[in-house]
Amino acid sequence: MNAIELDDVSLTLGGRRVLGGISFAIAAGRFVGVLGANGAGKTTLMRAILGLVAPSHGAIRVRGQPATRGNPAVGYMPQVLSAAPQGTRLSGWDFVASVANGHRLGLPILGREKRAEIGCALDLVGAGKLARRPLAEISGGERQRLLLAQTLIGRPQLLLLDEPLISLDPHHQQEVVELVKALQRELGITVLFSAHEINPLLGAIDQVLYLGNGQAALGAIDEVITAPVLSRLYGSAIDVIRVRGRIFVMSGSHDVEHEEHRHEAGHEHAAHEGHVDHV
Amino acid sequence: MFEYDFMRNAFAAATIVALLSGSVGYFLVLRGQTFAGHALAHVGFTGATGAVLIGVAPLWGLVLMTVAAGVAMGFFGEHLAQRDVAIGLVLAFALALGLLFLHFYTAFATQATTLLFGNVLAVDVSTVYTLLGLGALSLAILAIISRPLLFASLQPELAEAKGVSLRLYGVLFLAIVALTTAECAQIVGVLLVFALMIGPAAAAQQWTSAVTTGVLLSAGLALVEAWCGITLAFYTDWPSSFWITALSVAVYLLAVLPRRLRALQPV
Ligand SMILES: Nc1ncnc2c1ncn2[C@@H]1O[C@H](COP(=O)(O)OP(=O)(O)OP(=O)(O)O)[C@@H](O)[C@H]1O
Ligand SMILES: [Mg+2]
Repeated sequence: MNAIELDDVSLTLGGRRVLGGISFAIAAGRFVGVLGANGAGKTTLMRAILGLVAPSHGAIRVRGQPATRGNPAVGYMPQVLSAAPQGTRLSGWDFVASVANGHRLGLPILGREKRAEIGCALDLVGAGKLARRPLAEISGGERQRLLLAQTLIGRPQLLLLDEPLISLDPHHQQEVVELVKALQRELGITVLFSAHEINPLLGAIDQVLYLGNGQAALGAIDEVITAPVLSRLYGSAIDVIRVRGRIFVMSGSHDVEHEEHRHEAGHEHAAHEGHVDHV
Repeated sequence: MFEYDFMRNAFAAATIVALLSGSVGYFLVLRGQTFAGHALAHVGFTGATGAVLIGVAPLWGLVLMTVAAGVAMGFFGEHLAQRDVAIGLVLAFALALGLLFLHFYTAFATQATTLLFGNVLAVDVSTVYTLLGLGALSLAILAIISRPLLFASLQPELAEAKGVSLRLYGVLFLAIVALTTAECAQIVGVLLVFALMIGPAAAAQQWTSAVTTGVLLSAGLALVEAWCGITLAFYTDWPSSFWITALSVAVYLLAVLPRRLRALQPV
């Protein structure tokens, strides 16, 4: 069974066509990197798979069923992180626990089984101790770990991770990628992992889904990260340069992926990135 | 002091209202919606004056007006960015109406003081029963929606993806806040609703790291503050609203000051 199937899908937001007539199928158990420039539609695609954006044309199927909101088989880590609640000392554990049966009416009191499941999810990402600390006092990277743990609650078969590497330094980026890879293997689940740059994902992902220009290309890294495919997706001449196991996607003399990355960093996490660049 | 009817009524009313406002306040602080609570209280004043003007008990004016305003705020302010604008607009319109009512209503001074600052010692038995009914209703709704409400408050994007309607719970919660505001206003008046709804909740957030204990502590603190406030008022003859508010402020300071002081010290 395919984890995700898109059949001639168009996604339109506020009258703007984000993706036009794309079709692909992702087999179960794959680790797929979702790439594309800012505004290429990575988040919109994930929201469509979650059933939050209805396609203006075509059909999306998740594990053989039409995409609907609240599918328990799908875990999700949103790109926009809600600010840590201010002025509270709520623990990471409670934050993660809020997702357990969170859609059901009733008191937020969990039974032993659910508590064990939360403990298990936290242990899987090595955040057992971390979760005892107040949410307001942990770092961005540690928060990322907790968010990853919570996508595992409810034992999903498909994880949609929207830019989990944002705001992390290269060392922690590698750590998160390896962590997700290990989880994906151990649990045998399908993972869609969006990022701005392919390099941190090299060696971990099975396939790339590259978005751009309203279109999509899915395939192995060597099939997709090529000059002809990317030129089509960027709508301009692109060179792909490989240096010592790293891949640079260049438009003229610019590194497209890296520029995009810096652009994002510029308004969100200037301090982090600036520091790394100067070293 | 329990040989007096008015003291028994005062304690009964304060108990009901404190338990409700402590619990609701916890979520209000967690959601960062204290401004909404503040605005609803002022809107309630308009409702109460309007009710007096047409010869209805002020409590019902309070309830009607705050619930209507709460629901309106919930509908228009689903997203954080729009929230304060929506609240500000509702508040401005309500105050304009209040001004109009004041214009028509003359013999106002004592009524207005009671509305603004409350007088728990003047609560009668029938009001206690009304408070009990409304309080039980609000607490029951809060208990039923608390899990999705918590989820939607802490992680709105994820909650939406899991099928939780942010708007539905936003509106329902503000309706509960509105009812709570109306209840609190009976005890401490519309101007001091903050004392019972925000003070204990904010202190409890500092002292606890889990939701359940936080809500319980918040309700407990509100209860103790209300009881002690009334007792102090009985023996000193100072207004009960003053004592309750003073205790609420003191407890909050007790919760935040030690940590602030420690943060100031050089390491
Ligand atoms: N609510 C909206 N109404 C109209 N257009 C929207 C809306 N949300 C997003 N868009 C547009 O849809 C396009 C795709 O946005 P999306 O957020 O999916 O991109 P992305 O690939 O996730 O970008 P990023 O790398 O910045 O996260 C963008 O051009 C954006 O401007
Ligand atoms: Mg995005």
